[in-house]
Amino acid sequence: MSQIFYKTVSELSDLMDSKELSSAEITKAFIERTKSVEDKISAFISYDEDSAMKAAEASDTRRARGEKLSELDGIPVGLKDVLAVKGQPLTCASRMLENFVSPYTGTSLKMLEDAGAVFWGRLNMDEFAMGSSCENSAFKKTKNPWDTTRIPGGSSGGSAAAVAAGECAVALGSDTGGSIRQPASLCGVVGMKPTYGLVSRFGLAAFASSLDQIGPFARCVKDAAILLKAVAGHDPLDSTSVKVDIPDYPSLLREDSLKGKKIGVPREYFEASGMDAEVRASVESAIEKCKSIGAEIVEISLPHTDLAIPVYYIVATAEASSNLARYDGIRYTHRSKCAKDVVDLYFKSRAEGFGEEVKRRIILGTYVLSSGYYDAYYLRAQKVRTLIRGDFERAFESVDLICAPTSPTCAFKVGEKISDPLAMYLNDIFTINVNLAGLPGISIPCGFSKEGLPIGLQMIGKAFDEAALLSYAYAFERASGLEGRHPNI
Amino acid sequence: MEYEAVIGLEVHVQLKTQSKLFTAVEHRFGAEPNTLTNSVIWAFPGVLPVINYEAIRKTIKVGMLFGCKIPEITKWDRKNYFYPDSPKNYQLSQYDQPLCLGGGVEIELPSANGSDMGEHRVVKLTRIHLEEDVGKLTHFSSDSLVDYNRAGIPLMEIVSEPDMHSGDEAFAYLNALKSVISFAGVSDCDMEKGQMRADVNISVRPKGSDKLGVKIEMKNMNSPSHVRSCIDYEIRRQIDCIKNGVPLVQETRRWDVQLGVTQTMRTKEEAHDYRYFPDPDLMPVMISEELKAQIKAELPEVPFERQRRYMSDYGLPYSATSVLCHDIELCSFFEESLKTYSKNPKGTANLITNDLLREIYSKSESEEDSSDDFESVSEEAVKPSHQSKLAECKVTPENLALLVKLGDDGVISKQMAKEVFAEMFSSGKNPESIVEEKGLRQNSDGGELEKFCIEAMSKNQKAIDQYKAGNAKAINALIGPVMKASGGKANPAMVLEIMKRLIG
Amino acid sequence: MSEKSRIDIDYVAKLARIELSPEERERFSAQLGQILDHFKKLSQVDVSGVEPSAHARAVFNVWREDKAESPIPPELALMNAPQKRDNQIVVPKVVDDA
Repeated sequence: MSQIFYKTVSELSDLMDSKELSSAEITKAFIERTKSVEDKISAFISYDEDSAMKAAEASDTRRARGEKLSELDGIPVGLKDVLAVKGQPLTCASRMLENFVSPYTGTSLKMLEDAGAVFWGRLNMDEFAMGSSCENSAFKKTKNPWDTTRIPGGSSGGSAAAVAAGECAVALGSDTGGSIRQPASLCGVVGMKPTYGLVSRFGLAAFASSLDQIGPFARCVKDAAILLKAVAGHDPLDSTSVKVDIPDYPSLLREDSLKGKKIGVPREYFEASGMDAEVRASVESAIEKCKSIGAEIVEISLPHTDLAIPVYYIVATAEASSNLARYDGIRYTHRSKCAKDVVDLYFKSRAEGFGEEVKRRIILGTYVLSSGYYDAYYLRAQKVRTLIRGDFERAFESVDLICAPTSPTCAFKVGEKISDPLAMYLNDIFTINVNLAGLPGISIPCGFSKEGLPIGLQMIGKAFDEAALLSYAYAFERASGLEGRHPNI
Repeated sequence: MEYEAVIGLEVHVQLKTQSKLFTAVEHRFGAEPNTLTNSVIWAFPGVLPVINYEAIRKTIKVGMLFGCKIPEITKWDRKNYFYPDSPKNYQLSQYDQPLCLGGGVEIELPSANGSDMGEHRVVKLTRIHLEEDVGKLTHFSSDSLVDYNRAGIPLMEIVSEPDMHSGDEAFAYLNALKSVISFAGVSDCDMEKGQMRADVNISVRPKGSDKLGVKIEMKNMNSPSHVRSCIDYEIRRQIDCIKNGVPLVQETRRWDVQLGVTQTMRTKEEAHDYRYFPDPDLMPVMISEELKAQIKAELPEVPFERQRRYMSDYGLPYSATSVLCHDIELCSFFEESLKTYSKNPKGTANLITNDLLREIYSKSESEEDSSDDFESVSEEAVKPSHQSKLAECKVTPENLALLVKLGDDGVISKQMAKEVFAEMFSSGKNPESIVEEKGLRQNSDGGELEKFCIEAMSKNQKAIDQYKAGNAKAINALIGPVMKASGGKANPAMVLEIMKRLIG
Repeated sequence: MSEKSRIDIDYVAKLARIELSPEERERFSAQLGQILDHFKKLSQVDVSGVEPSAHARAVFNVWREDKAESPIPPELALMNAPQKRDNQIVVPKVVDDA
């Protein structure tokens, strides 16, 4: 029997049902695991053992009374430190919110509470979700559990690393341009960005409002399906949340779901410069694997792919420059102690509170919206965004899903790209299109490099068809035979 | 050379809704600091706005009343600027696709003698859009405090064209806005409570020129009469500057109420760069023909139309209609009264505009104030508006109508009517029982009155002679004793008639 | 690429209310210039007749009914306040009433 902390949600839930384990024991196991590996991984910004144990005991009481709330009841779930839970810290990995405690609980977190989940820890990330390496956290650098000299990816690097290292059963992250899928790929776990509008953003500290989505990290597709099911659904507090029925994703997973399906492989993705040869080979063999279980492979074209990076970095930074204006030293954030007047208070509090990447993006976003540049940058980017969306709409007229790499490379070394923001931005090439088009995307492990670093396969589905996408990923996962591989920590 | 002023107003009006514009929290005036907020108002990390449908409806309603074009699609934009009263440091507003475009506001200018109807004209509107209000700063000697109760209240911004030329026009414009908007139930427009605030743009140029002069701005004016005085002052000041060759600079000035002068507040240091962009958190709104038809069916009659109708249909004098027709409460009081007794609208209107309003104001108001109820409401801090006083008033429209009828039927005299009215106002009783209780019923018994007349004539031959000699007023000396003998109840009209007959 | 993109870093930093150190100023100018050069790709696309996308999905008419719920207590609202007095936020004196 594998260690408790590497068991799946279904396994843990079954063990609680059969009274072989209590939530208190499970939670304790994750706490112990966290304590034993955190000095190597640094996935957590903070955690609160007492409140986790209390939640676990409450779960045990419910189960004892036969009042189990869901399969997640009693399961320790890690939260990216960008999600609002009343009474818990919410730092966004920023000095700006170093001492901030959330006065309210966001909708998806409320749903998780109502499902009985035990919140375990606040997970590290790039500051305000800006970054692809987790190196932009103001507090610590999370390490990749497969090689602790390397980055875990970002921005939800803490969530990916914690799940990979068995520090929590599953975790929530957020994905604006690949912030779930890319670290999932680099840490060898499953990570999914749902269709824009499927999961409420109320309670997710905004980076780029028209791109952000909350999504699950898990060690298998089924666990991701269980967690997504718990947090998906319409929310009247989020105007961008969509009214769609939420099917029971976990029960709809089929091993043969890829049979007879058409997989589109975008030509442009494989022509992109900077793709690592091992990644290419691994993804190509993953696609072959799909073919071997009945899928048909067709080449497609997404002609505006090379414009996605400029569009994304204009739209995302413009929105961010405005979204992050509220962190100003006035009401609840860090306040500079050496300001000479109220205007100076803004300048100094923001200079002291924000890290370099956040400042850079706010400056860029402010610039593209400023008088004289709006039309050339922001408005034009919005129009090209329409073209990018159109690429996918046309593609999905003839295919059922699209397969591509998640990241052009495996995890790179800590510090390797930190001084070259453009190189870092170009790394997002395969993931940001999906955010711009508002589509669901999932990254699943598809192989390892010679150095033993995980490689992820990205599957992109039709809007609001998460049930099908999860099922395709499940079919691949079964066929790949990579389940149950864990880093050696 | 002759000069003319060019004036445009931007007026902010808080909408009377149950909840704020983008979140379900109550708003009202005068609550303890920061007791009407929630996470959305504070802009905590992760909160999102959802628009209040009623605020959209109410804004469209006002737009329709002013003849604006209502576009098919409207959207919300972020106006980015940093200020401590703005929790997000962007204001949710509307930039290039507002709810209402064009239109105009009918105003009435004061007439030469003040008692006739003045000239009417239409002030052109540019647009009306919907945005959120900001919090409130209170300044102390060494710091400032911020209260966010006001933040997020739905605020309609009505932007006029630079289409006014005097303080009187601006004054009339503000009063017209107030009466139309309050008639529509969209806002109480109480400037004292900050429910209506005006920004004034004013410049002066040689008459006939089509180039605008240097623009001076005055912000957050909270009384129409201040707006009038300050514009009049600014026009004089700016013309003086031009005549004396003193250059005018584009600046924001403030009105010093005590000194009656405007003073420089700040000159424009930098052009604003608000970086407007469509709010990604809010979806655009399509305004259907169906919704427009629905709102159209709810539109009230606008005050000037009502005034014209009262004058033509009821034959009311201008003076009475000008008091009645800018106050929805008085109008409905009047119309309710007519439902009980419709034969004398003029008498009914007079009773409301003279006696009723005088009684309502008698305790707390000077004569000057009662001539301009809008000003009096806005300038006296503690006094509630007469709307609320009318609601508390014990005189019902039905009873007021009955009193008019008692007079018309000759049951009581004018003099008695005043006494009965005073009693109605203090006790709330109906006029008939007051007349009965006090024995005020007018004496119209011809036989008895004739006896009183004969007796009076027998005692004053001199008056009879004078009357016969052509002094018509002399008859009063004879009528007085009759009234006295009847205990004040004699029907004066009958007495006069009998007396004239007896004298021959 | 023809002309190097430049950004008026002081103006933009002022709009964004961020005080930059001289080093940051230098570094950001260079980096952002490079990024803007990369953005030049966009100007080569024909976008005539293309509607801009302000949202990931085009949805209209999302609103709520006009109902009020309970406000939060001021103590909760102000629990993270850097400086407070009488249930209000304290800020250095604001002179300019913009």
